Amino acid sequence: MRITTDLELKDTPGQLVLALQPISDFDGNIVSVVHHRDKKTPRGMIPVQVAFEIDRDKVNDLIDKLKKNGIIVARVGEERLRESGVVMLIGHIVHSDIRDTIDQIDATGYAEVVDLAMSMPGINQRSSARLMINATGKKEMESAVDLLRDIACEKDLLLIEPI
Amino acid sequence: MKKIRISIIGFGVIGSGVAKAISKKRDHIKHRYGIDLDLVGIGENNGGIVCEKGLDPMEAYNLARSREMNKHPCWKEDMKGIKVIREVDADIVIETTPTNIDSGEPGLSHMLTAFKNKRHVVTSNKGPLAVAYKELIRAAEENEVQFRFEASVGGAMPVFNLVRETLQANKILSIKGILNGTCNYILTRMSTEGMTYEHALSEAQELGIAETDPSYDVEGKDTACKLVIIANDIFGIDSTYKDVEIEGITGITLESLKLASDKGYAIKLIGEVEERLIVAPRLVPKDHLLAVGGTLNIMSLNTDLAGEITITGKGAGAIETSSSILSDVINIAKL
Ligand SMILES: NC(=O)c1ccc[n+]([C@@H]2O[C@H](COP(=O)([O-])OP(=O)(O)OC[C@H]3O[C@@H](n4cnc5c(N)ncnc54)[C@H](OP(=O)(O)O)[C@@H]3O)[C@@H](O)[C@H]2O)c1
Repeated sequence: MRITTDLELKDTPGQLVLALQPISDFDGNIVSVVHHRDKKTPRGMIPVQVAFEIDRDKVNDLIDKLKKNGIIVARVGEERLRESGVVMLIGHIVHSDIRDTIDQIDATGYAEVVDLAMSMPGINQRSSARLMINATGKKEMESAVDLLRDIACEKDLLLIEPI
Repeated sequence: MKKIRISIIGFGVIGSGVAKAISKKRDHIKHRYGIDLDLVGIGENNGGIVCEKGLDPMEAYNLARSREMNKHPCWKEDMKGIKVIREVDADIVIETTPTNIDSGEPGLSHMLTAFKNKRHVVTSNKGPLAVAYKELIRAAEENEVQFRFEASVGGAMPVFNLVRETLQANKILSIKGILNGTCNYILTRMSTEGMTYEHALSEAQELGIAETDPSYDVEGKDTACKLVIIANDIFGIDSTYKDVEIEGITGITLESLKLASDKGYAIKLIGEVEERLIVAPRLVPKDHLLAVGGTLNIMSLNTDLAGEITITGKGAGAIETSSSILSDVINIAKL
């Protein structure tokens, strides 16, 4: 999942490393760092905004570690449904209950089908559907596609995944 | 001047194309590398041409095109492929018989026989590599001869030599790309002209881009064989054709291409080697590097030092594929 944080660092050398190293140590992937060296908070600290991708179950441990390093964690926010992806399904999509397919994705809590376009050339012919899925992060998007892969296999549909 | 004696086994489109390329490039290769490529034998299904003093490759090419190889003064009916390999004193055997992905034959026996007779082998034939890569490499090593197969993947596109000679310091992390020109052509025509799959396929057959039996290409088997060779040679993954997850393009509907296109995507048959070997149609953004059209092949190598390296080129054609075969021949001759 994608997390954005507002951190406050002491104005001494080496502080940024103390803030970023734990993110890598928890296998997080840093997306952006904005370091406001010239602005100080009322507490005399330097504000830094860091956005990163990380496993959901590691977030709390990471924040504990940051605090132990003497960093003030002023705000932690999860960016909802940041990732967007498109997949195609080909086959007897309606007969195999497209509603149920979509419900299964929506029920994950981390991914949603936000757009559906279908083309049905004729009765008994295979139809094609384009699904746009939003998810909370890259990993979650992969999990949603994994789930779709299982559904497609079970319902005998051809799933075309993004590259 | 170093003389390199060559025999060609399987004198069809590619075999005869190599002869033509040798004729065209012989002087260039002599001047540039001090290597004289001398064609001394041709082994076909029903006989062969043997001339230990060297034969004119262009003459052989012309006779093959007019299906009159038996009119050559040195034609012998009993000089079939395997006999030429055994008996004709060649330094390098160029193996260009048809691909067979079940047994690898006749190419597999041809190659093993060549190694046993201490001859280097250069091939465009995927079959033996896809069923018995390890066995072939071991046989070449035991006999202390070279085995090169640049033309087996991507036709003219350099893949193995690029990794072996230019990206030596890199670890290759993953490879993905379009490795079958026939599928790329069909999907491109469906998408740009709104043709049905059947229509695009018969057009491809008429143009000679697809075989009369297109299943090997359109069911993804050809791409799968190429992945196996890449996995073994570049990634050291011990695998055969059976280890590839394969989905071809026969299920792709015109409607799916339209729906994809509306959102800026093309559908391409992509082969991928990372942890698994997968062939499947994938959605590729139209402005993505891999979204090349027509019969082109393309491949992206993700490397640890160089980052992403992408190569593209003609995946088929006699003269184009000869470029890869001759690069293998020259590399061996230079050793
Ligand atoms: N065409 C391309 O653009 C391309 C590109 C890259 C790689 N390749 C690979 O290169 C190889 C050759 O392709 P191609 O297009 O040249 O095929 P081709 O035109 O069918 O040529 C194969 C030739 O081998 C002969 N042959 C069959 N069995 C033989 C045997 N036991 N001993 C000696 N000769 C034998 C065939 O003779 P008969 O016709 O009498 O059976 C034919 O003349 C294939 O493995 C192919 O996959 C082709």
